[in-house]
Amino acid sequence: MSNAVRPLIVGAGPAGIRAAQALVEAGLKPIVVDEAASGGGQIYRQRLAPDKRTPRDLYGSEASKATALHETFARIRDKIEYFPQTLVWNVRGTSADVAIDGRTRRLDFSHLILATGATDRIVPFHGWTIPGVFTLGGAQIALKSQGCAIGEQVVFLGSGPLLYLVAWQYVKAGARVAAVLDTAPFSAKLNLLRGLPSQPGVVLRGMRYVAELMARGIPVHFGVEPDRIEGEARVEGIVWRERGKERRLACDAVGYGFALRSETQLADLAGCRFVFDERDRAWRPERDMAGRTSVSGVYIAGDGAGIAGADAAELAGERASLALLEDAGYAVNRERVAVLERGLAGIQRFRDILEIAFPFPDKWAASVADDVLLCRCEEISVGQARAAMREQEVRELNRLKALTRVGMGRCQGRICACAAAEILADVHGQPLEAAGRLRAQPPIKPIPLGIAADGEAA
Amino acid sequence: MSRTLHKDVAIIGGGLVGSSAALALRRMGFSVVLLDKGYCGAQASGVNYGGVRRQGRPPEQIALSQRAHAIWPRLKEVIGIDGEFVRSGHLKIARTEAEMASLEAYAARVADLGLGLELVGHNQLRERFPWIAGNIVGASLCQGDGHANPRLVSAAFALAARRAGADVLEHTPVSHVEKVPEGFHLSTGPGIEIKAQFVINSAGAWADSFAEAFGEPVPLSRIYPSMIVTEPVSVFMSANIGAEGGGIYARQVDRGNCIVGGMRGEPNTDLDFSRPTGSGAVTIMNRAAALFPALRNSYAIRFWSGTEGEMADRNPVIGFSRTTPNLIHAFGFSGAGFQIAPGVGEVLAELVRDGASRTPIEAFAIDRFSRKDQGSPAGSTPEPQERDISK
Amino acid sequence: MALLKRLARHELPPISFTLNGTVCTGRVGDTVLTAILTQADQLRLSDFSGSPRAGFCQMGACQDCWVMTSDGERIRACSTALEPGMNLRTFAEQRS
Repeated sequence: MSNAVRPLIVGAGPAGIRAAQALVEAGLKPIVVDEAASGGGQIYRQRLAPDKRTPRDLYGSEASKATALHETFARIRDKIEYFPQTLVWNVRGTSADVAIDGRTRRLDFSHLILATGATDRIVPFHGWTIPGVFTLGGAQIALKSQGCAIGEQVVFLGSGPLLYLVAWQYVKAGARVAAVLDTAPFSAKLNLLRGLPSQPGVVLRGMRYVAELMARGIPVHFGVEPDRIEGEARVEGIVWRERGKERRLACDAVGYGFALRSETQLADLAGCRFVFDERDRAWRPERDMAGRTSVSGVYIAGDGAGIAGADAAELAGERASLALLEDAGYAVNRERVAVLERGLAGIQRFRDILEIAFPFPDKWAASVADDVLLCRCEEISVGQARAAMREQEVRELNRLKALTRVGMGRCQGRICACAAAEILADVHGQPLEAAGRLRAQPPIKPIPLGIAADGEAA
Repeated sequence: MSRTLHKDVAIIGGGLVGSSAALALRRMGFSVVLLDKGYCGAQASGVNYGGVRRQGRPPEQIALSQRAHAIWPRLKEVIGIDGEFVRSGHLKIARTEAEMASLEAYAARVADLGLGLELVGHNQLRERFPWIAGNIVGASLCQGDGHANPRLVSAAFALAARRAGADVLEHTPVSHVEKVPEGFHLSTGPGIEIKAQFVINSAGAWADSFAEAFGEPVPLSRIYPSMIVTEPVSVFMSANIGAEGGGIYARQVDRGNCIVGGMRGEPNTDLDFSRPTGSGAVTIMNRAAALFPALRNSYAIRFWSGTEGEMADRNPVIGFSRTTPNLIHAFGFSGAGFQIAPGVGEVLAELVRDGASRTPIEAFAIDRFSRKDQGSPAGSTPEPQERDISK
Repeated sequence: MALLKRLARHELPPISFTLNGTVCTGRVGDTVLTAILTQADQLRLSDFSGSPRAGFCQMGACQDCWVMTSDGERIRACSTALEPGMNLRTFAEQRS
């Protein structure tokens, strides 16, 4: 049986690694393809070369989880077929096109587990493309992987757990954080107390981050409405409104983001049906508790299946593999399945609380000025998009892309599509889900024209 | 939400042909409803390569093509935008002596039709188009041809028709159409009923079922031309490029992106949509990198393909039904509809108004396939738009 | 001039590379993005308005950190490791 079962796992973050481990433990040899040079995903990203910093320095309270995950991946390394620094740029039927070291080849699979993770959810402001403005995730990678702060006077802005975590990590590492600007009111944070009984560790840790930031005299502002980032060649300051008053702060870098958005292109190319997720304010692949998608043999786990965080990703990765094994005729441990599903359900409940504590800035779409750049690849402004929506009655993202180029550039809408959907909803007074989602098109990331084509892999 | 519309003309299919017909008919004063099962121009009309090219068409298409040729530079006036139309010239390259001979023969055949073709030898080609690499024997240049942006042009024709007073009903598939004594009766998915004096069947790759409903089966198949687009690079490509014998066609837009085609995609599970194959896309990319050294280091950022109707003889069907009065067909453009569509729209409007068109369209009669004794009325083997050597 | 500020990894061995014709030093384990932005404050000019860009997501998603090598190759700076002798250019080629 195992000869016919040749699972492909895309992504070697928490979900992908735990998925691979479960398959290895069942005696299978999965293929694992990952864009990074080493396993861990974004959250537990590893350095390109070791340095003096300890796991505790790098991953803080999550150090033991990170280390355990890295060790697991090292342990199963010779029991999997591992392709690091490899991009899956297309999926069709039971084969994937992968780009590896300037060559492209086809990998055939019997089952597919997509553990493609997430990136920061972004909305544009004036000045968001100025050098020195990074996503929160980008700011965190600069620090963890590269040992660099994004500037000398850093402002962190946005909404979401990552806002305080990254600010705190910067402070711990010796960077100067000029301010933390939270777009949600302080009152929203009180909802976190409802999460205390189920996730006391997470809640208390979050509170500690805020308390420590404040104790060090770092200004933390709530209810912030960002107006603009100033500067031309580089960041010089940030301007926002707070309780009706305009405030300005000098800084040379801004890290910002509003929680995360799932990477779903491959699920789309694999033919998975999508559903609208109110909590994520986004369309995501439809899946059952185990991670089965609407396409037989295709499973999805981790933040790519809807945002739930790293702990959930580890559980979901293993759960998806157990589903795969069960579907392929292997006996699986029902008790383990129950444990995983209980864990996932608990995290899902907590996610609802987090969403209330770290809400999306839902006034943004109505207030963002016409001259703000919406699509940073194609350099299309909010005003150009709004004009097409109004004058050509554009109500849907793919139509918006066709008529204005929003989402048509190198990033394929990863950065701007969420914001564009919010603007569509605002302009037409329609529910967010009516904007639909950009259809994925291969290659899901750019590939070189001269890429050499290998024969089909065995 | 059942309602009934009474119109002079109902047009099935909001592609470029249907939209331009709707616009032309409105300008003549007819009442029009334009129906599309999805968005207007979302299929082949909107996602084709964007070649605005007369060169290479069979002689019987040239009169129609010339009529359209006069419309393209006036787009701004006709539909409100220029559609990124550029008169860049269309350069058809020959990679072998035989291909060059074929280009020469074509040039002779259409010499009197006003295309102004210029045959370019190897040395001159090197001088005038130094950005083309490889062992090119020669080429044929049609200076007046060019390219435009299909995404914008198709949608703009539909919008212009709407602004001119046409009822444009998107997401409104026609579920049933029949001849009734007072004209036609159409039923649509959303429950709108339509009574019309005339019906134009411009349903592209979906037109055969409507033709068949009126007893006119046609040899229409589906093709899925696929394209790749590069990231923006310095503008170097001064002409729209085709190749005798097919395999590659390429153009560069002002913003710097190069659009390259030459292979076919495959239908999706939903047969109305298609996707390039991975290997086909890589083949196109490699061909482009080889032919255009300026692209050697650039990246492909997106692939796509469209669903297009192709006739067995690669000529469209344009003209009145032979079974049903006041039914007009216009479909099957076989990968070469973009340039002539605005001309076809005017012709269709004339057919409604006058019962005949001032542009000859006899070669495109729907009954040409049943008149086997006469052979092809075109009397020639038509030149495909961009021949696909992969099949 | 530098955009990024090194807080750690000072101890790693230096790597020489060339940036816009000037010899610079990075560290083992640097990405191309880090190596450049600890020396300079931009990676490229945007395609259409020519405004300066210096990356954004640092995780290979936004595609805003493409730089060029002296022989015209393109490199996504955030996901490419710095190698000794790399000859990098941060200015975009002028498009007309």
